[in-house]
Amino acid sequence: MSQTVQTSVTSVDGEQGEPKVVRGLEAKNIHAWFGKHHVLKDVSLRFPERTVTGLIGPSGCGKSTFIRLLNRMHEFIPGAAMAGQVLQDGHDIYSPEVDAAAIRLKVGMVFQKPNPFPAMNIRENVLSGIKLAHLKVADHDAIVESCLTRAGLWKEVKDRLTATGGSLSGGQQQRLCIARSLAVEPSVLLMDEPCSALDPGSTLRIEETIKELVEKIAVVIVTHNMQQAARVSDFCAFFLADGGPGYLVEADATKKLFTNPSDTRTADYVQGKFG
Amino acid sequence: MSTMIVPTERANVAPEPTTPWRPTRKNKSISSIVFLISVVLSAAIVLLTGLAGIDGFGLAFFAVFMAATIVRSFRLNQKNRKDAFVGVLIASAAVLAFFPWMSIFASVILKGVRGLQPNFLVENMQFTTPDDELNMGGAAHAIIGSMLMVSIAAAITLPLGILSGVYLTEIRGRLTFLVRFVVQSMSGVPSIVAGLFIYTTFVNYTDAFSGMAGALALAVLMLPTVARTAEEVLKLVPDDLRSASYALGARQWRTSLMVVLPTVRSGLMTAAILGVARVIGETAPLLLTSLSNNSFVFNPLGGPIGSLPTYVFGLLQIGTENSINRAWTGSLVLMIVVLILFTTARYIGGKDKR
Repeated sequence: MSQTVQTSVTSVDGEQGEPKVVRGLEAKNIHAWFGKHHVLKDVSLRFPERTVTGLIGPSGCGKSTFIRLLNRMHEFIPGAAMAGQVLQDGHDIYSPEVDAAAIRLKVGMVFQKPNPFPAMNIRENVLSGIKLAHLKVADHDAIVESCLTRAGLWKEVKDRLTATGGSLSGGQQQRLCIARSLAVEPSVLLMDEPCSALDPGSTLRIEETIKELVEKIAVVIVTHNMQQAARVSDFCAFFLADGGPGYLVEADATKKLFTNPSDTRTADYVQGKFG
Repeated sequence: MSTMIVPTERANVAPEPTTPWRPTRKNKSISSIVFLISVVLSAAIVLLTGLAGIDGFGLAFFAVFMAATIVRSFRLNQKNRKDAFVGVLIASAAVLAFFPWMSIFASVILKGVRGLQPNFLVENMQFTTPDDELNMGGAAHAIIGSMLMVSIAAAITLPLGILSGVYLTEIRGRLTFLVRFVVQSMSGVPSIVAGLFIYTTFVNYTDAFSGMAGALALAVLMLPTVARTAEEVLKLVPDDLRSASYALGARQWRTSLMVVLPTVRSGLMTAAILGVARVIGETAPLLLTSLSNNSFVFNPLGGPIGSLPTYVFGLLQIGTENSINRAWTGSLVLMIVVLILFTTARYIGGKDKR
């Protein structure tokens, strides 16, 4: 763990006089609204490179809203509003000159329900991000193989790359979606309850995948499964909404949060006393 | 302290909600100022140079606005610059596409509004000749006739159309292919043929032109539109809902009636609107079935009956100044009636319980 801490907050050595830039994704004093409804209050979190961060908490405490704010998917919901800053390598992704599509290319997302494109086969699904974003890539086959391998799916599908995504099982479909997000080489992958629709075996495969992914990128995972958070994450953040907007109760290294939390509500939650 | 904690000052007061993804107020006001300046400038160009008329104004406006956008876009980054250019092109295309529509709308209103006096909506043409002054006579009989026939047609086709939609999507019986085929070929029937069909059957059988005959002809035209639209919206109901209802022990007809149909209520209202819109302006079939009449008729089986399209048609044929004015007013009233019908239907059907 201490090693992760060391590597995670590296500062870019700028020219003399330039401020030090924090690498990775950082949310500062984030608030979110749907219409007049205040759903998220003052959340500040940092997602260092090459770490897995688990977001835990009961339903409706704003975890999903929070991660959708991290890659500018929040604004698709009519009536949505926000306040605060999301910094990627020190640049605010909500400043007016920023292209939201370019942000989403760098901060990928995997959804709760596996959603491979039905009109494309497995190979085309993996390459879809490259095609959709007009990226120039020399070797498509190499990308397909490396992404599917990193997502832990290559061995199972290498002989039927032209089959439709729908012919795969739920867990395989979800890993295909992960492979699809990896093809555009994001630096952060957001996962919104990626395993809640899957069986334990598939869940295990996805967790292995996450552990492999984190050697290169940062992963943020929303989960209702506390064991899962304990298994895969380096850091954990506990959200709560007691009637009002959701807020961050405690964020710490996963080991500390699960064994020796500083807040009694966190202790109650991780021990399964409520939620 | 771990690395994921961000050192921040906690603000006690919640900040204002912002929407950074929307154009800022400053940008919006600059946009509207640019728009206004372009309007004024192109008006000046039209007044001072050889360009003339509405098309001249359009050309000048397009050129000025494009130039203004180019000047503005020097301050933008590449993505927003592209956005601005394409925005101007799309807006111009939209104006171009809307122009014929706007021009029809404008001419009907301008020419029809002169005859739109209170008497037009309450009197009939029984004791008025088309040449009389516009403050005498009216089209009340035609409005009533049109409403009567369209209501009867709707009363016949809405249940039939929705039922055939239900048959095609819910029951999926053995005749699905046949029903779909018949509905599709019916939608290709020319309106005059529908009129002839009712003429040779109903009109010949009852030996009289009547509102009922007109309504039947309109129903023939309306049915395929309603049935096809109903089928399309019913197809959109997710199977999960049907499964949920079946899993509660519901029978198929209860599922269709209480789960599927209420789900697409606003869609079915659209089907009804499209059906009414299809037939309310039909003239040809009415000439063969309901004919026309200059006095009030409230009985659908009581002989020839007036209607707005035949009213307009008859007056145009006479061709004097006042009769043509009356015809324009008839068209305007027809448009207003359609507008009122649609608005009401949307209001009733659009209130989804969400």
